[in-house]
Amino acid sequence: MSNPSQGVSMRTYPLRPEAVYFYATCLVDMFVPEAGMDAITLLEREGVRVIFPENQTCCGQPAFTTGFPAEARQVVESQLDLFPGDYPIVVPSGSCGGMIRWHWEKVVGDDPVLMARAASIGARTYELAEFLLHVLGFSRPDTGPGTTVTLHTSCSARREMGTHLVGRELLARLTNVQLVHHDHESECCGFGGTFSLKHPDVSMAMVSDKVASLKATGAGQVITADCGCMLNITQRAAREDLEAGRSVPSLPGEHLATFLLRRTGGKPMGERS
Amino acid sequence: MSVQTPSSPASNAGQPLAFVSAQALRERMHEAVNDTHLRQSFRGAMDFLMAKRAVQFPDPEELDSLRVLSEHIRQYSLSKLPDLLEQLETSLVRNGVQVHWAETPDEANAIMLEIARRHAAKLIVKGKSMVSEEIEFNHAMEAAGIGALESDMGEYIVQLAGEKPSHIIMPAIHQTKQQIAKLFAEHIPGVEYTDNVDALIQIGRRVLREKFEEADIGLSGVNFAVAETGTLCLVENEGNGRMCTTVPKVHIAITGIEKVVEKLEHVAPLFSILTRSATGQAVSTYFNMITGPRRSTDQDGPEEVHLVLLDNGRSQAYADEQLRKTLQCIRCGACMNHCPVYTRIGGHAYGTTYPGPIGKIISPHMMGLEQTHLLPTASSLCGACGEVCPVKIPIPELLIRLRGEAQSAPRADPAMVGQGAAYDPKISLLWKMWAGLYSRPSTYRAFSWLATRFRALTPARQRGWTAARTPLKPAPRRLRDMLKDRT
Repeated sequence: MSNPSQGVSMRTYPLRPEAVYFYATCLVDMFVPEAGMDAITLLEREGVRVIFPENQTCCGQPAFTTGFPAEARQVVESQLDLFPGDYPIVVPSGSCGGMIRWHWEKVVGDDPVLMARAASIGARTYELAEFLLHVLGFSRPDTGPGTTVTLHTSCSARREMGTHLVGRELLARLTNVQLVHHDHESECCGFGGTFSLKHPDVSMAMVSDKVASLKATGAGQVITADCGCMLNITQRAAREDLEAGRSVPSLPGEHLATFLLRRTGGKPMGERS
Repeated sequence: MSVQTPSSPASNAGQPLAFVSAQALRERMHEAVNDTHLRQSFRGAMDFLMAKRAVQFPDPEELDSLRVLSEHIRQYSLSKLPDLLEQLETSLVRNGVQVHWAETPDEANAIMLEIARRHAAKLIVKGKSMVSEEIEFNHAMEAAGIGALESDMGEYIVQLAGEKPSHIIMPAIHQTKQQIAKLFAEHIPGVEYTDNVDALIQIGRRVLREKFEEADIGLSGVNFAVAETGTLCLVENEGNGRMCTTVPKVHIAITGIEKVVEKLEHVAPLFSILTRSATGQAVSTYFNMITGPRRSTDQDGPEEVHLVLLDNGRSQAYADEQLRKTLQCIRCGACMNHCPVYTRIGGHAYGTTYPGPIGKIISPHMMGLEQTHLLPTASSLCGACGEVCPVKIPIPELLIRLRGEAQSAPRADPAMVGQGAAYDPKISLLWKMWAGLYSRPSTYRAFSWLATRFRALTPARQRGWTAARTPLKPAPRRLRDMLKDRT
């Protein structure tokens, strides 16, 4: 298997399935559940049955990237039974998607049986945006008013899932939305999981620069398909607002699923009474 | 000597610059990110280099196939490394080159000191060589009363300033032209302050020209050593490399043992991808192929040529299949040009000869994890380095591996020196608890229920995170609760 961070070759996509597994990720489950709900609504609205495996917890990435492979493995092994059918697995995060698609197999690398199972799961794991675009051909009329947004694509979506053009394409299909690019768009937002805790100075320098670039576009909000980046960026912006005494968020952020749903006539979870 | 050499300028004359403790990495990073000038200048310089590289690779498919080819050549060469090194030695000896093997920096310096003494050398003029930086060659020579003068313009500036290079290709990239002007005016007799870049380069050239004539020995690095033919290839832009290797009577080349390739045809693709990745040049101005000392029919060239092959931790990396990939490196510096961390902190903060992503994965082999274990943690694993690496070193994967080596409990037969250096039983226990929690779905459900229902109890100060951001707070209800409510 080629290393994912080194150029992802064009992927072949399956035909529209009857059902998909939805792997929400722990971050979405506990911190941004509305984004998960909106993603599920989008999938169901396209006529796909969504199966939410109740025993899902975490993809194991925090331990894996921090350098605790045995602990990552313990968690990954507990997740290998979640997808008994051969339906695609949809993940509303490039970084967790990348973990499942490429690294689960490595994490259980000394056990050929587990490896084969992990590989089969990895091969049918898709990031939400690529699934919407390439499998479901998502294209619904934009019913929202004219607006300008900017897009941040996570490093994992870009380099592990190869989906950095997918978000752009989905937004381009919304006729009343103008997408503006920010400078150093391909640069990391500085989150990096435990990196942000271990090296707060550099992480802060990176996220401050990212927030400045995003704001400099003059766009009303930032859209991203990764909740890790989203929390990093928006909570940095919120901190700057707090320090500057601003009461209105200067850089609101939204998961792509929520934005797509609202723009195409759906009601995002966070806006339901 | 009319011009001050090398050593004297800065404060720590004659003293080895030595590695700054990597333990202090955090403090140095803190200082660097708060240095507005440094951040602006590195950002500008890295943007420039990234743009230059991008122009060289307009076709992603051509780039990809050249990267695959280059990766294969490097992996093939490494797979035969012991044989190729022997073959290289045989070929070089046949060509009249004297070959020396050094396991440590001290051994390498001792070998070269011995050669210098045999020739009663007073001055050694140097082409650019990162391996000579790695072994702190200049200081070893100066300690023995022998001058070692850098002739690459960037290295010359860094030497005048008493610093280490901050970039492996552009050693003085951290210096502004005003700083360089000041250095020249202070250290070169008869030179007035000017920050005209062309004038500065002319001053440097004039000084160095005299030195080439005066020098007893020329030292250079090696970019590729060809085993079949015994050819030492040297890539450079200023012509100083050619001067160092042809004018003095003795030429000493020094290189790491990993730089060997089997045949000449393996050099062409690597040369092409090296210059395009490094400086965005289709080819470098000079490409020297050195096959031995001056023959009776030659017009010029040294009477004696030596090659010093240095290990310094490379065979440790070599012994492990995964870590061996570190040795694929052809030292282009593209990983640092594209690294968001390097861009923010510059090269000196790392405290190692090789900064940036490649430095993070190679320094632990040279210095041990005891000193360097923090380096691999100083990465967001964004993958920009792996994406641009011309020989496809999976740098993020190796960073993760090194994190694991450093943090795991000390083992009896470790893969590297310093394994377990960052082992902390408390941290390990925390991760065990984390794994216990997330590998038991019922426990996770209970935990996540509590975390959301009692979100008001979430600590407002969250280590690292709240240094720059508002606190993280779980949602009132989990996604799985919302889904249940639907049905």
